Amino acid sequence: MVDMVSYDDGRCRKLGFEETELRLGLPGGGEKTNANYGKRGFEETVDLKLNLSSKEMTLDQNDLKLEQSLSKEKKLLPCSNDSVKPPAKAQVVGWPPVRSFRKNVVMAVQKKTDAEEAEKGNGGAAAFVKVSMDGAPYLRKVDLKIYKTYQELYDALGKMFSSFTMGKCDSQGVVDFMNESKLMDLLNGSDYVPTYEDKDGDWMLVGDVPWEMFVESCKRLRIMKGTEAKGLAPKAMEKCKSRS
Amino acid sequence: MRLCHSMMNYFPEEVLEHVFDFLTSHRDRNAVSLVCKSWYSVERLSREKVFIGNCYAINPERLIARFPRVRSLTLKGKPHFADFNLVPHDWGGYVYPWIDAMAKCGINLEELRLKRMVVSDESLELLAKSFPNFKALVLVSCEGFTTDGLAAIASNCRFLRELDLQENDVDDRKGQWLSCFPDTCTSLVSLNFACLKGEVNMAALERLIARCPNLKSLRLNHSVPLDALQKILVQAPQLIDLGTGSFVHDPDSEICNKLKNVLQKCTSIRSLSGFLDVNSRCLPSIYPVCTNLTSLNLSYAPEIFSIELIKLIRHCKKLERLWILDTIGDKGLVVVAATCKELQELRVFPSDLNGMGNAEVTEVGLVAISAGCPKLNSLLYFCQQMTNAALVTVAKNCPNFIRFRLCTLNPTIPDAMTNQPLDEGFGAIVRSCKGLKRLSVSGLLTDQVFLYIGMYAEQLEMLSIAFAGNSDKGMLYVLNGCKKLKKLEIRDSPFGDVALLADTGKYQTM
Repeated sequence: MVDMVSYDDGRCRKLGFEETELRLGLPGGGEKTNANYGKRGFEETVDLKLNLSSKEMTLDQNDLKLEQSLSKEKKLLPCSNDSVKPPAKAQVVGWPPVRSFRKNVVMAVQKKTDAEEAEKGNGGAAAFVKVSMDGAPYLRKVDLKIYKTYQELYDALGKMFSSFTMGKCDSQGVVDFMNESKLMDLLNGSDYVPTYEDKDGDWMLVGDVPWEMFVESCKRLRIMKGTEAKGLAPKAMEKCKSRS
Repeated sequence: MRLCHSMMNYFPEEVLEHVFDFLTSHRDRNAVSLVCKSWYSVERLSREKVFIGNCYAINPERLIARFPRVRSLTLKGKPHFADFNLVPHDWGGYVYPWIDAMAKCGINLEELRLKRMVVSDESLELLAKSFPNFKALVLVSCEGFTTDGLAAIASNCRFLRELDLQENDVDDRKGQWLSCFPDTCTSLVSLNFACLKGEVNMAALERLIARCPNLKSLRLNHSVPLDALQKILVQAPQLIDLGTGSFVHDPDSEICNKLKNVLQKCTSIRSLSGFLDVNSRCLPSIYPVCTNLTSLNLSYAPEIFSIELIKLIRHCKKLERLWILDTIGDKGLVVVAATCKELQELRVFPSDLNGMGNAEVTEVGLVAISAGCPKLNSLLYFCQQMTNAALVTVAKNCPNFIRFRLCTLNPTIPDAMTNQPLDEGFGAIVRSCKGLKRLSVSGLLTDQVFLYIGMYAEQLEMLSIAFAGNSDKGMLYVLNGCKKLKKLEIRDSPFGDVALLADTGKYQTM
């Protein structure tokens, strides 16, 4: 109501009846000379809202035209049998009725997660897993999502645990466990072997499955001494054999 | 009648005053002051707490003239719809004239509670310097001030017990307002700065909390990290109400473990809120306090997934009040219904404000809650859809509603199964809940729902309407029917002058 007394001087003034008259005007709508301003159907609300320049407007010019034509075409009578919905893209001012503080909290989080997802590209959060190495004084953590192949992972792990050595990968990055003698050489050596715990709680040799599948199923990594990893090898061999 | 009246006159005023001391509700005191001139006089000179529901209903000078001994003042400014940007920005509701008038007249103000008012830094400075016994400042949904104003309060109010800032819009001036509490300040009982956007000095905060042994309620803002929270709780194991700041950390770290341990020692905590930034995997740290919780507010934590919420809720068997986001889903509400048998108040807020979104809360969740929580009396429910059948069931299961506020995300959505208006459903609610004081309706509604409201909602004091009704008849039903109606808020509904001005005498009671 634009003709309210301003209180900059800090004094209160008794209001005349006109000023306290009940009106059904929209905020910022100003004085209405139209005697029938009380009655407004829904479509007029949307129209009026669209004419205001308010921060809540998220519609661009094309949407604006679409809204206005939609509201004129649809005579929105609440007692009609059609299911009445506001135009899909229109954001009704002040609906849902939620305080701005709460709105800001929710929007801020939404923006954050949108930004994170855009960055990651694969739409997932980071996949941190613990890495333990037999004999090391402390554990480490790696984010599996930042690597694209097994070799990248081995390199990173190698840097982390400098006495760590690993077998070579074939062209797909999958350690060649099909070759039994190579495998036995690996395991019998004093080299360390990376193993992981999968979703089922089983301990597996790393390199068995395609990289993406590994990232999905790996819960934690353990770099075992080759001699201790022998028990796992038959499992790996069985899986390979059943695949071929 | 005459005999009684003359007998009462034999009581000296001191006796009357003593009797009136037992009247704590302002409505009772208002009623008492209407009996006769001497009661009016005794009452007005002894009243210490004054509540003014509309700051323009009376001017400050009149307040002071009538109640010269006022110590605690509650003022409400803008109408409720102002929270949703539906009221012009320059509407008013300034507190300065009130503080100025009271300061000039030497009022011994100790408490000031404001809701939806405009509060300037100048008013806060004047407040801080004018009332030496000032003890409590509570600001809800206010605006117009900065952290400089808070610094003035902290520096000057030597006996400050309560500084409670709820959902205000405060500008951060990067000053160190919290550090302005002098070392001699040890009287704090309640400190809530959750709504502040800026950082606070952690060391000053820890020292302040350590020297206030009576601190019962502490609500931090998002700038307070988890490790600071852990240190603070070591100093304040007596807390009853805790609002965490940021709840993010590596869940396997030592800090989360320490937090869990210190929370185990905080055996008085009954109310928990905050989680303004949260890593769900840290939530198990709070399980120790969940068993005794009566109030839980997770409505600022949209990052917590349904599964985590459900795991947490299962620990909270004594919950009486739950504020949550619709991320909990109908499934989560079923778990609430099964676990929280003492539940009295439930608020489910929307997590997606952009469109009709991915809200998984429908009538199913509400029906489950009504069936499982027999003590439920207060509801605020934002949902994707609703049906008349569900509302009828809810009305049958919970006849004790005092507050029933339903908000469909699409404001004019019909019954999801029958496509009919939701008149019958709300009709069932008002018919069954004889003690209903506050009602908000939404969804597709015709004049019929207002007929029901006018006919049955005899105790109704506040009614909120949006996009509802067909004609003036609807409004006439309500205004003629609801004898106790005090507040009416309407938006986007076809009610004209004829209806609203038909009985202006009614507005005197509103």
